[in-house]
Amino acid sequence: MSAPLVDIRNVSHRFGQLPVLKNVSLAIEPGSYTILLGPSGSGKTTLLSILGGFVTPSEGKVFIRGADCTAVPPAKRPTTTVFQDYALFPHMSVGGNVGFGLRMQGVDGAARAAKAREALALVGLAAAFDKKPHQLSGGQRQRVALARALVVEPAVLLLDEPLGALDLKLRRQMQDELKAIQKRVGTAFIHVTHDQEEAMALADHCVVMNDGRIEDEGPPERVYARPATRFSATFMGESTILAGTVTEAGNGTVTVSTAVGPISLPGAPPAGAPVALAIRPEHLVLGEVKSDVALGTAKVGDVVFQGSFKRVLATSMQDPALQFIAKAPASATVQAGDTIPVSCNAQDIILLAD
Amino acid sequence: MRAAVRFAAWVYAIAVYGFIFLPVVVLVLFSLQATSFPIPPFTGPSLRWYQAVLSDARLTSALVNSLLVAVLSSLASVTLGFLSAWGFARFVLPGSAILRGLITLPLTVSYLIIGMGLLVLFNWAGVPKSLLAAGIGHVVINLPLCFAIIYSQMGDHQINIERAARDLGAAEWKVLLMITVPVMAPAIFAGFFLSMTFSWDEFVISFLLTRFETTLPVEIWNLLRSGLNPKTNAVGSLVFAVSIVLVVFFELTLLRRKPA
Repeated sequence: MSAPLVDIRNVSHRFGQLPVLKNVSLAIEPGSYTILLGPSGSGKTTLLSILGGFVTPSEGKVFIRGADCTAVPPAKRPTTTVFQDYALFPHMSVGGNVGFGLRMQGVDGAARAAKAREALALVGLAAAFDKKPHQLSGGQRQRVALARALVVEPAVLLLDEPLGALDLKLRRQMQDELKAIQKRVGTAFIHVTHDQEEAMALADHCVVMNDGRIEDEGPPERVYARPATRFSATFMGESTILAGTVTEAGNGTVTVSTAVGPISLPGAPPAGAPVALAIRPEHLVLGEVKSDVALGTAKVGDVVFQGSFKRVLATSMQDPALQFIAKAPASATVQAGDTIPVSCNAQDIILLAD
Repeated sequence: MRAAVRFAAWVYAIAVYGFIFLPVVVLVLFSLQATSFPIPPFTGPSLRWYQAVLSDARLTSALVNSLLVAVLSSLASVTLGFLSAWGFARFVLPGSAILRGLITLPLTVSYLIIGMGLLVLFNWAGVPKSLLAAGIGHVVINLPLCFAIIYSQMGDHQINIERAARDLGAAEWKVLLMITVPVMAPAIFAGFFLSMTFSWDEFVISFLLTRFETTLPVEIWNLLRSGLNPKTNAVGSLVFAVSIVLVVFFELTLLRRKPA
């Protein structure tokens, strides 16, 4: 496991004059489930197309299993893609679709059918072998596309927003199945999505992209708890962002002056540095101050009941530009129009360079 | 008043359809004449003139020639039309819109002009008048048609299907033969049958570009020079029947909607 399975080195890409990827480097480990997460236009789909061989990057190199694959056409590289629109062959049966890759490798009919049936059984569609794609539902077509891509045993499976066309309930269900199938086959999956819940549920390794760059990458727990940048703090889950300036620094502790007063917390930036403090909704405490950092008072704008909790939006009385996003227990009595104190614990504050 | 309007509408409809179809009805009716002149009174029905047509070696060989030219020129038209449509749909070409306009331009040029142009060109290039020359002429008129039909049906949604095939290891020619052609089959068949229809009863180009062996419409014209008789009606009816069959095939293949 010394060399990574996929090694993307300093890849940049432009469509005409428009730069879509700016010096991206990324390593993918064997057997991992990697999520490329980002808003539309962040370059995540272009990066996937470069991995699949559909786009040759303007600069940089892509190594797969140690071999330079930068300009190798899709047919000749050890990757397969599950397309967003599934791209099943409409004139072939489901079995014909799944067996297509093996047919291209020259596998004979009987062995092909056996392997195709096996792959269909893996995705829970053993009975659909003789059906035509148009006879299947969206979720079933998705599974056929997955079986078709997996049956040729690629080194890396690429998934382009595979759950985007499904309704919410089916999406959550397919999400669990994807993870289970990935664990069973052990193939590295690289999955593009803009859905951060999907990312947190599936990823071993989460790559947050914005504007052609990788903002943050790591295990989703780490990316959520300690995001590296302001973008990743707001895109991967919600955060309240407090802008401020470091006034005192030393002994691993800094004091930051903000619109709601000075806040002391662990950190290393030098005095005078502009910083942003991010606080996750579940770490904000509403009501009587019991935690160590007071964040002033706020006027509650909106309370949305979400079943297991209430989502509270409140505007700071000290700085009207500051919006608190908090998660209150379902039993909380807070109401729109209330003015309440807000606080949090220093260790829960995420210190970001601004 | 209302009844009068309805009556007028019916009369109008019958007049219009009569105007369109009466010549064909008369042609077919008098091809069944039992006596020697295709004029009233109707003396049939009799198949004697059809028998005369089918035992006339010149007419039957012209019929075979026509079929041969129609099938081969349509195959060439549909193949070339498909490849150019695929090229325009899948690759970014400089001046794509102008080139597409140019390729469909022969649709607006009269057959007479195309026939004369080919006659001059073949004369200059030393290509003798022949069925091959007429077939090439039919490709000139039918290729733009096949291109237009196939190009109009070649949408972006097939791009990912082709990509998927490539991704699974298919070489480019396999992608074309195993994926694009079957997916485009309705448009390809429609182009083929429409080309067949146009080639089958095309007269001017065949007349200008053939000499000894010729196609059925030219042979009918030769026959007409010696005056009308029920035999010309019979062979005309045969041509018409084949055209109808081809048009029906065209409609069936193009208009058949596949379940999504």
